[in-house]
Amino acid sequence: MARLLSFVVFLAIWWIAALFAGDAKLPPPDAVLAVMIAEARSGDLFLHLGATLARVTLAFTLAMALGTAIGYMMGRVRLADRLGDPWLILLLNLPALVVIVLAYIWAGLTEVAAIAAIAINKLPTAVVTLREGARALDAALDEMASVFALPRWSRFRHVVLPQLSPYVAAAARSGLSLVWKIVLVAELLGRPNGVGFEIGVAFQLFDIPLLLAYSLSFAAIVLLIETLLVQPFEARASRWRPRAA
Amino acid sequence: MRLEVDITSKTFMSAAGEQHDVIAGAAFSLNAGEAGVLVGPSGCGKSTMLRIISGLDHDFQGRVSRPAGARIGFVFQEPRLLPWRSVEENVHIAAPAADEAKLAALFEILELKAHRNHFPGELSLGLARRVALARAFAVEPELLILDEPLASLDVALAGRLRDEIAVLMQGRSMIALLVTHDVDDAVRLGDRVLLLSPRPARILADLPIRTPRSARGEAEIAAIRADIMRRINGCSGQPDAT
Repeated sequence: MARLLSFVVFLAIWWIAALFAGDAKLPPPDAVLAVMIAEARSGDLFLHLGATLARVTLAFTLAMALGTAIGYMMGRVRLADRLGDPWLILLLNLPALVVIVLAYIWAGLTEVAAIAAIAINKLPTAVVTLREGARALDAALDEMASVFALPRWSRFRHVVLPQLSPYVAAAARSGLSLVWKIVLVAELLGRPNGVGFEIGVAFQLFDIPLLLAYSLSFAAIVLLIETLLVQPFEARASRWRPRAA
Repeated sequence: MRLEVDITSKTFMSAAGEQHDVIAGAAFSLNAGEAGVLVGPSGCGKSTMLRIISGLDHDFQGRVSRPAGARIGFVFQEPRLLPWRSVEENVHIAAPAADEAKLAALFEILELKAHRNHFPGELSLGLARRVALARAFAVEPELLILDEPLASLDVALAGRLRDEIAVLMQGRSMIALLVTHDVDDAVRLGDRVLLLSPRPARILADLPIRTPRSARGEAEIAAIRADIMRRINGCSGQPDAT
């Protein structure tokens, strides 16, 4: 209910702002909606959203899997931490644009280059978060698992993973928003489809309704995934807490 | 099956770089079916000794020989349950081989029947201890280690839990090692009382109790307790092997 209300407020502000700014700068919601419907009818909207979504999924999965493994290693093994740390700092502070441009130059304007560039951008934040999680693992529970000689898999599943899951959730949450942002840049610079590409087109034509139509469809998808996937996962992972904060 | 412990010394470095002696010398052995009780003042190194004996700490001088591949049931001072798993899952994860009948019997004795599906965060300390005990007994340990299982409980509750532990120990032929600072608990649960000095710990006396646990009357318990108290108060730090 509160969410609906805040959506209505958003539309109202947009409408009023459009009245003052004029069509050329900010078209009203109904004009944007009309473009959205037209794009959806022609199938272009779904094609581009689908392409972007596929890239996000691939890059996100890749970065999370690698980041979790590397972060866990660095949190548990001192040598790995020493060796990996300079790389991590470098990657953390490398601008996304540099990675994307270099990837396109070295690997060509290909899908692999785009996905790898997005994944590399997200990787270090996942590593940092999971490293913190691995460092915070409870030594007391570790000892319990040793004394009771829990098998490796059972130990991972029942002792380690539940302790890491808040960190995984945090990495996923921040990582997802990062990937959403970077994927459009990668598409703008070197892909022939996707929301980023369409926004590039709209920019060249100064077609603001088209630009907003794609941006807002994209935002809607992000919101949907947050509510339907990310938040239920977080709720499940913390269901044992007497009262989740 | 036999547990032989001979720790000649254990030291650790504090964060400030100072060396602390924790154990100065402790040698004893326990046979299957025998319950040894380590009694000593707080902070004398009892828990450290348990960690060495259970194989968690390898950094010491001396030798510990456990039966090879012995299953260990350990009740830590804090319950150390997995907060994200229910009571039943906590026991089951440690003892995957335990069948339903055995778990039901354990939960019955430890008064946990109503709490099987609760999470540890929803339990009082007394209940969480019981879960830790259920977990330790569920693995059918060959070596059972109890670190102050009755500490920080009120007298009535501690008494009840002590009786429940006695019931569970009855009829199991394992080596049991219990740490406590309460002489009364030691006399009621142990077959051998090992008196420890203040830190660094040495064994001051090794006192066997000949009467089987179930046959000990209140008068006898009181007499043994008085004897031990006398030794604790009277001893000037001289080793006193009995």
